[in-house]
Amino acid sequence: MEWLKTVGAEFIGLFVDDVGFAVAILVWVLIAALVLPRLGLPDPLPALLLFAGLAGILVESAVRRARKR
Amino acid sequence: MFAIDWGHAAPTMLAGFLASLVEFIEALTVVLAVGAVRGWKGALGGTGLALLVLLVIVVVLGPALTRIPLDVVQLGVGTLLLLFGMRWLRKAILRAAGVLALHDEDALFEKEVATLKGFARVTQGWDRVAVATSFKITMVEGIEVVFIIVAMGAAGGGLLIPASIGALAALLLVVALGLVLHKPVSTIPENTLKFTVGVLLSTFGTFWVGEGAGLEWPGADWSLLGLLAGFLAAAFGAVSMCRARRLAGVA
Repeated sequence: MEWLKTVGAEFIGLFVDDVGFAVAILVWVLIAALVLPRLGLPDPLPALLLFAGLAGILVESAVRRARKR
Repeated sequence: MFAIDWGHAAPTMLAGFLASLVEFIEALTVVLAVGAVRGWKGALGGTGLALLVLLVIVVVLGPALTRIPLDVVQLGVGTLLLLFGMRWLRKAILRAAGVLALHDEDALFEKEVATLKGFARVTQGWDRVAVATSFKITMVEGIEVVFIIVAMGAAGGGLLIPASIGALAALLLVVALGLVLHKPVSTIPENTLKFTVGVLLSTFGTFWVGEGAGLEWPGADWSLLGLLAGFLAAAFGAVSMCRARRLAGVA
């Protein structure tokens, strides 16, 4: 059953590498799904904000990791 | 008969192909080591068994997800694709910038060979070490392929077949390479592939999360191209910034 544990760990590892990075993505997706549609912003601004937030999270997380080296 | 929307099917097939190629090459390295050291019967037996299990998961899980309302699937699977794709892309950025070391298939092959030589030889019946090692690596790498295929197939609304065709093409290519080369495929630019797949999955994940949340994309499906360009620009920008940080740290 050792292989089953490895597969399970690998499956979780598919989505979470850096915990802060994964949490930031989840929080932004929640904001995009629950908050942005209720702000009354004109289309397509909410969709563009969804992308901009995700791109920002990606760049910030990579640069932060590079700084830690 | 069902009609295929090639606007979605072609990029889905490409993403399925490229993602599967990366994973199958990693599995091939270990299977080749097992075959070379322990014999091909056990290596191929373990690989075949794992492929069968993976196929069953796709056949069961893929159609099951299509019974859930599309917007729910798009939001859920889109989020998972984002976590998965952006994780790949972040790692590929850090590797391209020299912050993380590149994956070395030759070194992995040598390590596996050394480990497998440590076990006693089996002259009769199935070599359990060979079967277990091949099974495990094919399952571990294959489960990532299954996730991508099932996720892209479900969130795209009936794109399981194009995604599966992409994965199958990658499998056939890797098997052919294994038969011809009989050594690890170390010349394929793995990080470039991961970078590309990361951009594609992040693009689809963002698009589907937006669709699932009821957000309006400018130009509808055409916005996929805009998202692709946006993620590429962000990723290249991040590589430059990370490289500058790394060099500043070295100086």
